[in-house]
Amino acid sequence: MNDIIQQISNLSIGFKSKKGKEISILRKINLNIKKGETVGIVGESGSGKSTLALAMMGFVKQGLFTIDGECKFENLNLLKMSNKDLEEIRGRKIAMIPQNAGQSLTPNLKIGYQIEEALKLHTKLNVSERQKKISELLNKVRLPSPETIALRYPHELSGGQQQRVAIAMALAGNPNLLLLDEPTTGLDVTTQAHVLEVLKDIAKDTGTSMVYVSHDLGAIAQVSDRVVVMYAGEIVLEGPVRKILKDPIHPYANGLLKSIPKLSLKGLPNSMPGSQPQSDKLGIGCSFYERCNISSEKCKKNSPELDYLKEIDVNVRCFNFKDLKDFNKTTEFKNNEFNEKNTTENILKLNNLSISYAKQNFIDQFLGRIKDSNPTVKDINIEIKKGETLSLVGESGSGKSTILKSIAGLLKIQDGKIMFNEKDFLSDDLKARSSNNLRAIQLIFQNPDESLNPSHTVEEILSQPLKLYFNLQGQELKKNISDLLQKVRLGDFYMQRYPRQLSGGEKQRVAVARAFAANPDIILCDEVTSALDVSVQAAVLDLLKQLKKDFNTTYIFVSHDLAVVKAISDRVAVLYQGRLCEIGLSESVYKFPSHPYTEVLLGAVLEPDPDIKPRLIAEDIVEERPPEKGCTFQGRCPRILGDKCKNETPPWQIGLNGHAIRCHIEINELDRIQKKELLNGQQK
Amino acid sequence: MFFLISKRVALGLITLFIVSLITFIGVEVLPGDACTVYLEREAYGDALAACYKRLGLDISAFDRYLIWATNTLQLDFGFSLSGQMPINEILGPRIKNSMVLATTAIIIGIPFALILGIITALWRDKMPDIIISSLAIFSMTIPEFISSTLLILIVAIWLGWLPGIVIVPSDVTVMELLSNIILPVIAISMIMTAHMLRMVRSSVIQVMASDYVQMSILKGVPYWRMVFKHVLPNALLPAINVVALTIAWLLGGVVVTEVVFNYPGLGRLVIESISNRDLPVVQALALILASIYVGINLIADLLTLVLNPRLKTLQTRK
Amino acid sequence: MNDQVSTNNNIKKNPSKFFEVIKTMVSKPSGLIGLSIVCFHVFLAIISPLITPHDFKAINPSLMLLPPSSEYWFGTDHLGRDVFTRTILGGRVAILVTFFGSLIALTWGGLLGIFCGLVGGKIDDIVMRIVDAFLAIPWILAMLLIVSILGTSITVLIPALGLFYGKGIVRVARAATHDVIAKDFIVSARARGHSNFSIIWNEILPNVRDAILVEGAMRWSWMLLGFSSLSFLGFGVSPPTPDWGLMISNGRGLMSFAHWAVLAPITCLSSLIIGINLSADAFAKALGIDRTTKAPV
Repeated sequence: MNDIIQQISNLSIGFKSKKGKEISILRKINLNIKKGETVGIVGESGSGKSTLALAMMGFVKQGLFTIDGECKFENLNLLKMSNKDLEEIRGRKIAMIPQNAGQSLTPNLKIGYQIEEALKLHTKLNVSERQKKISELLNKVRLPSPETIALRYPHELSGGQQQRVAIAMALAGNPNLLLLDEPTTGLDVTTQAHVLEVLKDIAKDTGTSMVYVSHDLGAIAQVSDRVVVMYAGEIVLEGPVRKILKDPIHPYANGLLKSIPKLSLKGLPNSMPGSQPQSDKLGIGCSFYERCNISSEKCKKNSPELDYLKEIDVNVRCFNFKDLKDFNKTTEFKNNEFNEKNTTENILKLNNLSISYAKQNFIDQFLGRIKDSNPTVKDINIEIKKGETLSLVGESGSGKSTILKSIAGLLKIQDGKIMFNEKDFLSDDLKARSSNNLRAIQLIFQNPDESLNPSHTVEEILSQPLKLYFNLQGQELKKNISDLLQKVRLGDFYMQRYPRQLSGGEKQRVAVARAFAANPDIILCDEVTSALDVSVQAAVLDLLKQLKKDFNTTYIFVSHDLAVVKAISDRVAVLYQGRLCEIGLSESVYKFPSHPYTEVLLGAVLEPDPDIKPRLIAEDIVEERPPEKGCTFQGRCPRILGDKCKNETPPWQIGLNGHAIRCHIEINELDRIQKKELLNGQQK
Repeated sequence: MFFLISKRVALGLITLFIVSLITFIGVEVLPGDACTVYLEREAYGDALAACYKRLGLDISAFDRYLIWATNTLQLDFGFSLSGQMPINEILGPRIKNSMVLATTAIIIGIPFALILGIITALWRDKMPDIIISSLAIFSMTIPEFISSTLLILIVAIWLGWLPGIVIVPSDVTVMELLSNIILPVIAISMIMTAHMLRMVRSSVIQVMASDYVQMSILKGVPYWRMVFKHVLPNALLPAINVVALTIAWLLGGVVVTEVVFNYPGLGRLVIESISNRDLPVVQALALILASIYVGINLIADLLTLVLNPRLKTLQTRK
Repeated sequence: MNDQVSTNNNIKKNPSKFFEVIKTMVSKPSGLIGLSIVCFHVFLAIISPLITPHDFKAINPSLMLLPPSSEYWFGTDHLGRDVFTRTILGGRVAILVTFFGSLIALTWGGLLGIFCGLVGGKIDDIVMRIVDAFLAIPWILAMLLIVSILGTSITVLIPALGLFYGKGIVRVARAATHDVIAKDFIVSARARGHSNFSIIWNEILPNVRDAILVEGAMRWSWMLLGFSSLSFLGFGVSPPTPDWGLMISNGRGLMSFAHWAVLAPITCLSSLIIGINLSADAFAKALGIDRTTKAPV
């Protein structure tokens, strides 16, 4: 029976450390890929999944070598073949779609040329046939006007377009197996959903096998037939997608799925303690032992093997998996303790805020300020109550980070003002702000690698705000730092460490501690969990929630991840191209009636449940700038009424509990239509 | 596109203007002036006054600058004190000689450097790289006068294959020069090639480590095709700037080599005019050499702009 | 639930960075060789006056151009002076001048580069344009001119060399500052309201310092090369002070029959320059700075 096209047996890949020790990145991997099936490989950074994907093409990165095992494709061990022989297979029988398409396309060659190159190498088409095929391929990945695209250079395309080109290029050789390494990471929510649709259709039409490597369980749920879960270089769980995602029987997978915020559930998920061990720190015994809550003595000293459970067609690597409680029963999220105290006190008020990035040229400056009539962010009116968590949601270009930065005083405001505590006017010039105002508003950034000074120890980093705002010194300073570290659940011994010695999650905790060091009133969180591993995100969110309770801080939380936003927010504001579309209580925004854009966003969210399919309501178009007049969403709105939307600014309509939507369609009408369509869609 | 080019050219001209200011002011602020410096002990009375008149030192500095600047724009560089003739007549043959030397070195050196640079990058850390890179580092770090001296010692004196020092006057024909310049060319090329090949090497290595090169391997692109179509065009773009700097150096920076070999080029003129304290000549040389430098860099800048797809489209899209 | 993020308690205190760097440098053969050569020469320069067998100034026409012997280990030069003595003393002025010249270059180049990187915009453009204009004039012409008029004392040479060789450091400092300024931790410090001075001193400087130091080390070797060239042309050290460049210049006419007069200084000068180069490279690698992407000149 030969419907297995790729067979990986006992594969171990690693490198030699500086001291000569052999360190494994992949340990004894056994995996079969069948014809026509899509296998999703799930793991966090450091699990070895990318190395596995590359190994399936016979590619082992510089510095790594095959310790043991083989990777067979059509009965040839790819890892032992010469590069010349591999050229016959790569691109032709097995094709790769890389993670960052923008970086993976050669910058000096036109798109058309690069696709034609693939055709020249792997097909026998002549020149005119190739030209036709290029258009065909670009159409297949739903790129509009393929002739124009073919003449462009990679950097002229958007992220989503680049990714599609990468897919087209991979399909050129009609491969039997497609390898995809995080193909949708970094793309907008709606773009992601569209690209996944394309991939699913391709798999269905051509019967190509796919291996989809990702940390995003939502994406994996949508495309995979089977799922493989990797941890610390090993496969710990493997089986049909429904079984794995709906009832994971390995404690890591179990904990992972429980720790992801979901739109369908309320509140904050439970976080998993600890983090994945690094490849050079693995000892004897199960690699998950430190973090496991069903572990026993046996697990400490013995490594479990992968057991095949025939009845459910699942492979699991655990001694005690039977002790795992039924998944659905225990998925109770922590009670979302709402700050029920109805504070009407406004701590921050954004009044008609407009910000422009347009650079004034010399003449404008000479003649006096001419305002940008179509600024990047326009007419933002938001009142933020003391102690609440308000989230700003939107995709790239929505202006959410811009607004955050202007609250922090880092950007020039073109129009409008920001009021603090109902009486203080916050200047857009940092130097003009009072010391107290500077202290009261703190910022946490997205990328923990860049937000901590690499040449400072943790102690030095935390002492900065303490010294600046409270003039603490000596013993008192040290005690405060120790307290802060404790609050973010890091021990004292972290004080002498440098950022490069910390993991992503630990660094972000230090950043959180630094923000709280100032005892601020407001903390601005700019995509603070987006750069972290999935299992760590929940822990950081949990930490933020706990600290908020302790300090009664107000959060303004910016994210593109709607599930995370739902889990942590009291109120949500939805932005599109720098204009406010909808604002209201979290539960109101996530239910109908919604602004059409919110509807599009929510539809595109990928839940880690294969039975919940995304709804692609709007086209995936990238807009360069907001329209001059009329509704800002007119370019993509599936419910556009016509000229009214193009010419007139839509009014604010207020619904229940202060829920505000900015749309020409009457709010009750919107509610009715949306609910009806959802019902129809579900019935199909 | 046109706007961008003209902007660069305008900036280049501004730089030249600043250079002329620096040259002029630089000479002005030095203690004494061209005449007292040149005449030294004889700097008094009629001789001094005559010198002043000749060089225009009897008028204000500002006026003198204007006259000098307008003259140089018309390629009239003034009057040489030590040579007692217009500077242009001195410059002519010297420029010719330096060009001969530079051109020969370029024709030999640049292709050599490119090929060796690529070889050392592609066979990185293997035998070819180790040998060539070590030689290159050696070449770069030994001062010119040492390598030139050693060349003369070994090739001319011990082996007697070639003449060591150039003993022809400055105004000979190109053909006659050629037979004399082998050793100087070798000396210069060694250094030049070493610098360039190291730079090409690191650029190629950097490109080879990029994502798109890895992608082309995974796409099944054969090795040499990848090197020529994906790697080299991207790796060699920065090389344009280095080549430009090298050319500029060849014309005015090889002073020491020209002295060692007694070659009658611009470099040796620098030494001669400074030793003779002939400030007008020094001033003229500074301006000319700087202009060559600025001009060549401008050309390199524009070439990079035209050839780099990212920069080209970024501008035209606006 | 045990929420401790990490239970790893045995992180030792980070050892002093200086020793770390030196240790890394000497772990590779090239770094070891380079550092040894440099230390040897510096040591020699310091103690050489104490160990000279003969007087370096002693002119003795009758002993002209003697080959190496037990009395005159490296032979004598064209004025009858002991080549060995002059050789071991020959590095003193060169090392002194170039070392302090490098410090000056580092200081002004680093400060100006950081300033330009911070200020950005028009001022940055203008200053860099002026620096470019300075770079356009061949350094040797400018140096020779200055020296010929102001003299060759070390009070002229050190600042002049420092001035001209600082230009390369400006570029590096500016680029390093540009890199750092875009990072979030600088934005974070600004948002907190730290003063500009505090940001420059605490946040920026420690991160650009490494790049500047590495460049400074390389500059030292170029400067030594340049200084020797000056001496060679007769515009550096004034006789009778011994200097390798000068010795080579004096001896080259007599190379065909008295090669000892040039070989010794050639070996010393070359080895020191190579030593500094190797050390600078090892230094860069130890600090984790990738120098291979920068233009060599």
